[in-house]
Amino acid sequence: MTVTLNQPTGPAHTRIYAYGAARGENAVPNDDLIGPIDSSDEWIRQRTGIITRTRAVASTTAIDLASDAAAEAVERSGIDPALIDVVIIATISNPKQTPSVSAIVADRIGANPAAAYDLNAACAGFAYGVAQADALIRAGAAHYAVVVGAEKLSDIVDPADRSISFLLGDGAGAVVVGPSDFPGIGPTVWGSDGSKADAVGMNHTLVEFRDGQSPWPTLRQEGPTVFRWAVWEMVKVARKALEEAGVLPEDLAAFVPHQANMRIIDEFAKQLKLPESVVIGRDIETTGNTSAASIPLATHRLLEEHPELSGGLALQIGFGAGLVFGAQVVVLP
Amino acid sequence: MALTTDEVLAGLAELITDETGISADEVALEKSFTDDLDIDSISMMTIVVNAEEKFGVTIPDEEVKNLKTVGDAVTFITSNQA
Repeated sequence: MTVTLNQPTGPAHTRIYAYGAARGENAVPNDDLIGPIDSSDEWIRQRTGIITRTRAVASTTAIDLASDAAAEAVERSGIDPALIDVVIIATISNPKQTPSVSAIVADRIGANPAAAYDLNAACAGFAYGVAQADALIRAGAAHYAVVVGAEKLSDIVDPADRSISFLLGDGAGAVVVGPSDFPGIGPTVWGSDGSKADAVGMNHTLVEFRDGQSPWPTLRQEGPTVFRWAVWEMVKVARKALEEAGVLPEDLAAFVPHQANMRIIDEFAKQLKLPESVVIGRDIETTGNTSAASIPLATHRLLEEHPELSGGLALQIGFGAGLVFGAQVVVLP
Repeated sequence: MALTTDEVLAGLAELITDETGISADEVALEKSFTDDLDIDSISMMTIVVNAEEKFGVTIPDEEVKNLKTVGDAVTFITSNQA
């Protein structure tokens, strides 16, 4: 007799229940960084829009930041952590390749034995994680998911680097995703372009460092190349995410791009022709660029400062090393 | 019909003014984008993308590094117009 397998199906819709945030303990002003790059506060502000960035003390890890952000999201969601059955953490900066950040965080927040894995999609990592959580829940593979973007980038900066190091900060942003009576997460438009892998990323391998062939590996970027791609190519991705969600720019309550650089955010918003009613995430001014953490951190701040955004639509788009990108429209909790 | 050097210079000056607020009168062929006009790399890329659209040319990233002066850009555009 032939046995027919059970194959699960899930709810039709998902949504984000709540956000959580954690930032490095120290606010690091531009003046603390200008010496080794022979620069000035004005030079950094003009090129990046950053006034201070948050960086963690030596004893605080990306795991600590992720745990704090996830715990806040879970508490705010009202979901019993024991019901969370998948924890996805987007990160590129944990100095230990294994064990994963996610397994430790799942245990710390009371979600043990949830499935747990880290994903490497750099500054698009949070959008990738939301896409996966949405798909896993709607497929019946999980019931409730925690998605975190968590970085301690200050461990992989070179104080003398003028390309990216002075932009970077430490932090983690988290969400709880679960079933919904209405569509709360729009289609994800995502992809990659590995032909531009050299545009942004680590400058050396750990093996080169071990063998004395390079200094400690740190992040570097081809700023102008990344800027052109991040604005004019990513605008097309953002428009497609709106179109696939069936949303017009004037339907948005908020726009939360990856907090790469204020100049990118400003030009992006200009190219998208967003109406003035759309509130734009600009957390970079005091947090810096926190890669995978930047979108949920910026959204968390928007919801704190503009509680009236709750229930509105937000377009979020991440883009970065790979190159990789991911965008979707979500309903704000 | 291909534009003349003067026409490209005038069009480029408009784009530079729009992006940076620099008066079009200051934009001359011998001026360096960085040393004379104080245009940073991000503004330069914005001007490049707008120039591509305005003049119907493609200016690859690796070519942008070679455009040191306004004259370099005008020459590139006039030589590469369809």
